[in-house]
Amino acid sequence: MESYSKRKRECPSSPESTQPSSFPDEVLERVLALLTSHKDRSSVSLVCKDWYNAERWSRTRVFIGNCYSVSPEILARRFPNIRCVILKGKPRFSDFNLVPHNWGADIHAWLVAFANNYPFLEELRLKRMAVNDESLEFLALNFPNFKVLSLLSCDGFSTDGLAAITTHCKNLTELDIHENGVEDRSGNWLSCFPESFTSLEVLNYANLSSEVNFDALERLVSRCKSLKVLKVNKSISLEQLQRLLVRAPQLVELGTGTFVQELTPRQCAELESAFNNCKNIHTLSGLWEATVLHLPALYPACSNLTFLNLSYAALQSGELAKLLAHCPRLQRLWVLDTVEDKGLEAVGSNCPLLEELRVFPADPFDEEIIHGVTEAGFLAVSFGCRRLHYVLYFCRQMTNAAVATIVQNCPDFTHFRLCIMNPGQPDYLTNEPMDEAFGAVVRTCTKLQRLSVSGLLTDLTFEYIGNYAKNLEVLSVAFAGSSDWGMQCVLGGCSKLRKLEIRDCPFGNLALLSGLEKYESMRSLWMSACKLTMSGCRRLAREMPRLNVEVMKEDGSDDGHADKVYVYRTVAGPRRDAPPSVLTL
Amino acid sequence: MSPPLLCVGEEEGPPNNVSLLASSSSMDSICQNNSELKERNYMGLSDCSSEDSSVVSKVSNDNKASLNLKATELRLGLPGSQSPERNPDICLSSSAKLDEKPLFPLHPTNESHYPLQKNNKRVFSDAMDGFSEGKYLSNSELLSPRPAPNLGLKSGSVLENLGAQPAKTKDPATQKATQERPHAANETRSNQNGSANNTSSAPATKAQVVGWPPIRSFRKNSLATTSKNNDEVDGKAAPGALFVKVSMDGAPYLRKVDLKNYSKYQELSSALEKMFSCFTIGQYGSHGALGREMLSESKLKDLLHGSEFVLTYEDKDGDWMLVGDVPWEMFIDTCKRMRIMKSSDAIGLAPRAMEKCKNRN
Repeated sequence: MESYSKRKRECPSSPESTQPSSFPDEVLERVLALLTSHKDRSSVSLVCKDWYNAERWSRTRVFIGNCYSVSPEILARRFPNIRCVILKGKPRFSDFNLVPHNWGADIHAWLVAFANNYPFLEELRLKRMAVNDESLEFLALNFPNFKVLSLLSCDGFSTDGLAAITTHCKNLTELDIHENGVEDRSGNWLSCFPESFTSLEVLNYANLSSEVNFDALERLVSRCKSLKVLKVNKSISLEQLQRLLVRAPQLVELGTGTFVQELTPRQCAELESAFNNCKNIHTLSGLWEATVLHLPALYPACSNLTFLNLSYAALQSGELAKLLAHCPRLQRLWVLDTVEDKGLEAVGSNCPLLEELRVFPADPFDEEIIHGVTEAGFLAVSFGCRRLHYVLYFCRQMTNAAVATIVQNCPDFTHFRLCIMNPGQPDYLTNEPMDEAFGAVVRTCTKLQRLSVSGLLTDLTFEYIGNYAKNLEVLSVAFAGSSDWGMQCVLGGCSKLRKLEIRDCPFGNLALLSGLEKYESMRSLWMSACKLTMSGCRRLAREMPRLNVEVMKEDGSDDGHADKVYVYRTVAGPRRDAPPSVLTL
Repeated sequence: MSPPLLCVGEEEGPPNNVSLLASSSSMDSICQNNSELKERNYMGLSDCSSEDSSVVSKVSNDNKASLNLKATELRLGLPGSQSPERNPDICLSSSAKLDEKPLFPLHPTNESHYPLQKNNKRVFSDAMDGFSEGKYLSNSELLSPRPAPNLGLKSGSVLENLGAQPAKTKDPATQKATQERPHAANETRSNQNGSANNTSSAPATKAQVVGWPPIRSFRKNSLATTSKNNDEVDGKAAPGALFVKVSMDGAPYLRKVDLKNYSKYQELSSALEKMFSCFTIGQYGSHGALGREMLSESKLKDLLHGSEFVLTYEDKDGDWMLVGDVPWEMFIDTCKRMRIMKSSDAIGLAPRAMEKCKNRN
């Protein structure tokens, strides 16, 4: 894509020429319409005024990484033909309850603007936005062409709002409601799809808990011949799953319901046969309470599997090993740490094509460690899966030496997210900080884009990061560092840094202000429970007017102390919808 | 509030990185007076620590000064982090497995069991030793607790909400609903103290840190439901889990243990030790096959007098029994739930226990 843009930049018109560009606008627009990458489009729009205009007229999909960085009005003014909007709202730490509940990121104002400017809007993908039932109803009623609704990590709505969508959106092709804070009142919403409705291609309601009317679901699945993705919730039994599979053998992504049930031999055979007919499945998830009893039914469907999400199935190592033996093409695997190191050894042995591994803790808050993975498991995976480039690993112990070996085995990491669950825990063998581990990561993995650090870390870690992580875009830091110098190193050294999120670190005003020039080139900065004061934040706000500096105060805290600070660049000015606990300086 | 607790904090040395002890001891001293400190428990888990330490401190007061260490030891430790320099006869390997330490509390003056409590603060202070103080002062400053007056705000409302949700066993919908309100208050406390309050009621420190480990709510809720389902399903359908509730006198929340994870009383004892504080369980098996018969009433009384707490269970008949009298298999068949009770309350058990033993002969 980049070279393509470059070619276009060398367009015939030269600065001294008085002739307009020899590309008629329509042609330019047609050409630019083929560009899909947001970054490329941004680059194109900077070339010259003609190109800026051509680009803005041809853009149909817009991605807004921070909903407060731009206003709906500005968006509508620049882009007249938008069909798809991708919006992200709250800072990522809101997923972990660090952001006040009523912080903002309400979709409604956007919807109103869209209704005025983009009545033919087709697609809306929201992440960490506040969405309520009224907004969902507004959406359902005002956009006749609406096709795709995807809500991830949003909250504020209930299944009543979903019912409005399913009732009124006649052209819906995708309804993806996963991982949201939904008030689950009933499963009625599914029955609201009219009998004449057949266009559904994607349905994901895996994280809702209410039962839907199974007959309605079965009929829906039968008549939607283009259904490619079906992810049901855990109230769907094995028997019901079998009936659904029989009606939709063309599925490409399947999320099962609860994977345990007393079945007769005939039912078992039917289930296996149903899976056998689903030869196109490449993504499998759900599998609540899956056990060795019924997992074998899956095996026939696993030959083309590239993504297996077992993060709801507390499998043991043996069960996992048997399952993985049938998944030779696996590229992405999500598991719970109940599989333990032994299970990860099986991963290393069976999945040479693995590119992504996520290991979630089954009991993150339990001191009683019955399950868990250690550095041994991670090592085992790294020896067997040399293509690994994305890892999210929750563990209770780690060593510097292990991490160094791991990145030697897999130097292509782009995303390295290691969470040693005990805050500030050192290398458990040497008792040293984990500085060298992350030093090895940034030195060896030159393509690293995203890094989450944990364990006992001094400023040295951040010196390493600043010196070596030249492609780093996202950095998450918690309970680490010794002084302002650490943060200064990162801000000074990581030229491509876009998002920096920090909690519980000893970084103060000096560190904050050392990044004055940098924040405008970043999407956002989050700092909570650090050593920032109001005066430091005010100074930042004063010197950099195009940044919004928000301070979230806690009741009863020190007046001078800035508990939670969120800094982001914006062309929309200070926001007007902040609750009283959020001060925009 | 007992002086020993504060002394303990100082013994550990000031520049503790996480300052768990320093903060916890001072917090706990306040804790004991001020029940509102319970609120600092974001997950509804921490308060046990302050309760435990209050109990323990009483014991330590009664016993020698050397037992002050016990007060710090008895915090509910952070999982998984064991100092490698552990006293070997405590026999905690660096693995996360339950240890097979012999039952301890026949003689409360026996200190060997105390370090059994995972004292993760050791880990930090050990680490501390390797580094210049200068580097860590700022850290410890950050992590040292804010002045007490900041705590204890918003006691009432938050406490209700928190009280409503022991982490794992709550129904997700309710959990979500109740999570909304406490979070604001949770964050209040978390930020008053910088990160210190995260660790300030030292024991269940990890569990108390808001938003740590960084796992999204929907996933936490799903896990909670999964384990809850396991509990509710009868033995045959679930893959062999046998969860029973364990309560402890004075603790504000209960725990659950899976009895299938253990094969003998010692394992159960150590596991519960890790969860709570010291207690006593019966001596089945340690006297040989006829242990039951050999456990005379007087011996039982000795047992009970020997320690602050005893472990009891409710059997299928609804009677409260001393744990350890019957063979393990019989125990897990009949045990419906467990209670760690004060030995003063448990004295009355002895006669009944003996009767049941006789009846079972």
